[in-house]
Amino acid sequence: MIRNPLEAILNSNKREEKTMSKPVVATTSLAGCFGCHMSLLDIDERILTLIELVEFNKSPVDDIKTFTKAVDIGLIEGGVCNSENVEVLKSFRKHCKILVSVGECAIMGGLPALRNGIPVEECLHEAYIGGPTVQLNKDGIMPNDDELPMLLDKVYPCHEIVKIDYFLPGCPPRADLIWDALVALVTGDPMKLPYEVVKFD
Amino acid sequence: MENTVKQIVEKYNTNRNRLMDMLIDIQESEGYISRDAIATLSQLLEMSQADVEQTLSFYHFFSTKPRGKYAVYLNNSPVAYMFGREAIKEAFEKSAGVRFGEVTSDGKIGLFDTACIGMNDQEPAAIINNMVFTRLTPYRVRELVKMMKEDKPIEELRKESFGDGKNYLPSLRSMVSSNIRRKGMILSDDYHFGTVLREKLPTLSPEGVIGEIKHSAIRGRGGAGFPTGLKWEFCRRAKGDKHYVVCNADEGEPGTFKDRVILTEKPELVFEGMALAGYAIGGEEGILYIRYEYRYMKDYLEEVLHKMRKEGLLGTNISGIEGFNFDIRIQFGAGAYVCGEESALLESLEGKRGEPRDKPPFPVERGYLGYPTIINNVETFATAVRIVQNGGEWFTQFGTDDSTGTKILSISGDCMFPGVYEVNWGFNVEDMLDMVGAYDVQAVQVGGPSGTLIGPDEFHRTLGYSDLSTGGSMIIFGKQRNLLRDVVVNFMEFFIDESCGSCSTCRNMTQVMNNKLKKILAGKGVANDLKDLKEWGRVLNASRCGLGQTAANPIISSLKNFRPLYEALLQKDKDFDEGFDLEKSVQASCSYVGRVPVFNHH
Ligand SMILES: Cc1cc2nc3c(=O)[nH]c(=O)nc-3n(C[C@H](O)[C@H](O)[C@H](O)COP(=O)(O)O)c2cc1C
Ligand code: SF4
Ligand code: SF4
Repeated sequence: MIRNPLEAILNSNKREEKTMSKPVVATTSLAGCFGCHMSLLDIDERILTLIELVEFNKSPVDDIKTFTKAVDIGLIEGGVCNSENVEVLKSFRKHCKILVSVGECAIMGGLPALRNGIPVEECLHEAYIGGPTVQLNKDGIMPNDDELPMLLDKVYPCHEIVKIDYFLPGCPPRADLIWDALVALVTGDPMKLPYEVVKFD
Repeated sequence: MENTVKQIVEKYNTNRNRLMDMLIDIQESEGYISRDAIATLSQLLEMSQADVEQTLSFYHFFSTKPRGKYAVYLNNSPVAYMFGREAIKEAFEKSAGVRFGEVTSDGKIGLFDTACIGMNDQEPAAIINNMVFTRLTPYRVRELVKMMKEDKPIEELRKESFGDGKNYLPSLRSMVSSNIRRKGMILSDDYHFGTVLREKLPTLSPEGVIGEIKHSAIRGRGGAGFPTGLKWEFCRRAKGDKHYVVCNADEGEPGTFKDRVILTEKPELVFEGMALAGYAIGGEEGILYIRYEYRYMKDYLEEVLHKMRKEGLLGTNISGIEGFNFDIRIQFGAGAYVCGEESALLESLEGKRGEPRDKPPFPVERGYLGYPTIINNVETFATAVRIVQNGGEWFTQFGTDDSTGTKILSISGDCMFPGVYEVNWGFNVEDMLDMVGAYDVQAVQVGGPSGTLIGPDEFHRTLGYSDLSTGGSMIIFGKQRNLLRDVVVNFMEFFIDESCGSCSTCRNMTQVMNNKLKKILAGKGVANDLKDLKEWGRVLNASRCGLGQTAANPIISSLKNFRPLYEALLQKDKDFDEGFDLEKSVQASCSYVGRVPVFNHH
């Protein structure tokens, strides 16, 4: 018996003697906590099906650091808090056919965006000079090396920087939701969104 | 101060559930609720200061800072703007010498914005120290401010004659007009108050009453349209030592004011309906939860209750029916639209923040203080009396098959005769516009911001639960109005302000969608934005209560029915534009840490 739709595709691919190339997936964590990636791993044994079915390109999952080919699906965790995030996100947009914002941070800015009501100068002051845990920074040194990413005035949701095609809500989105979304994207079937998957209490 | 607080707490028997009343009394006597008052309250009530502050901070009319000897609350609904709010605001600011949101340095005059105060048929209007001033003009504003500066008593500030109907009564003395322009079974003068309690109930069992209500097929008049008979039956059957009857007079939906008119002109009918409901469900206590904006009616309503007690229509063994005991108390809110939602209302009644409860359990099972409770709209209770008087069968001849009876509409905006109209369900919009003298109409907002905005193509539609469902708010916009800028944004900001904040959908998406709308209005929109708005609107359905579930409606319904207005604003040559500017956004942090921004433009 076929247990899930991805296996079905997998089997049909096998029958077609692997003429179809595997869809390519890339993932990244911007200003996120990696919780969304953890949730992706939480699809349990289905990860084996996934790995057989899709090929991972740039992603912490396989530790590929730069894009090596055109990608079908890019999953973005986290919002955009510095210039490096902007760069990575833009390169994802350039290389991926479909971009998905995964989780509250990517969609709304999430926890990091709590700083949005506070001027960035005050945040830096608190982090490097005024905060109770920074007494050792006697000279008041600030992170100003050219190698370091530059901090943005606030944390932006991804869709305010580049065009985002889909959004998966949750903090993190449930593993089942991520799985269903991947299945839908790969098969092209409409996604089922029962109330239980996206409700808030 | 400590003594004042002590007396107030004792007045309410040191009962924590009456925290709202205590806070209202303190706010009114001191002009604000000080840190010390909070400390004293928390001590006397044996609750943490945080708990007191939770409630306090939730409501618009409570403040921890003085609001001024004269606190002016100027309505900011779209209709207020249509009738000159900008000029009124400017006149207030100029003559008082402070901006809105501030208090003059001598502590005399405070100016504040407030959401629709239920005076849409006589805007611009403001509340000053609980007295409502309607139909303001810049001249009157200057005069008012001058008198405030001279410390004149509030009564002397009123130069207008009393409003029509009962507004002249000594206990009301209000310049508010009732503007009843069409009467039906509820607003008509041919009912003698008390007839049902005195003559009908002795012949009817509680089940009999519920039977008539069910037979009438009446559905709730507050907007959601739940069958009233069923609600009463569920409650009667629910187990509990006590049962409560709550009348919802929160009337917060912008554009509605008919409950104010019913309570001004026919309060006896409403209270009789509550007693009738008490008889039906086996409850002995009724509570009228009424919005703080209607505080000017307090003495009047207390007087009516007093009179009904004297006449034996409230009290014990009413109409000689053994064990039929019922009385009513009045509970004021303190400025929170969400408290009209029935479970939020219950929280507020218990002295807490007005955050909606998770359902089930529904109030009919676990309501006020955990006891089975029915909550109905003002109009529903008033209608129930006429149903029991004449029988459920009689009632069904009015209206349509699925919407029986009459509906009282609050009609305002661009028309000759704004006011209150009682019509049979099944009335169509075209007739309605002709009835009120509305010409060159661009759109009608049916059911307030949470309802739908319709254009001429849909004016053939009829009012009823299966077509255009409405709690009664009807706002008319003429051709000269800018719907998106002046109406939709205003309504979105209303929801943003009024969200209780529990659900991230309701708290965030309203903001996000409104920002997108503003971006479109600023000429930065692209075609995809319209798709986004439509999709994102659906996310709000996941919210806990009706506020969030309908909070995207101003955008969604205008997008559906007035799409060309949006399309005309879009950039045709771009498919993405969020206006993000990397160089600008790193400026502040770079200069603070002392580095020169470097950009590698590939
Ligand atoms: C945000 C919100 C505000 C509401 N405000 C009111 C109100 O002011 N008056 C009212 O009668 N019902 C209001 N309701 C509907 C009530 O929750 C409830 O359905 C109604 O009071 C039931 O009475 P009915 O069946 O007689 O209409 C509101 C609902 C929501 C979600
Ligand atoms: S959405 Fe939640 S789980 Fe995902 S990155 Fe943000 S904080 Fe972590
Ligand atoms: S939908 Fe909005 S108002 Fe209702 S409970 Fe959620 S946050 Fe509060």
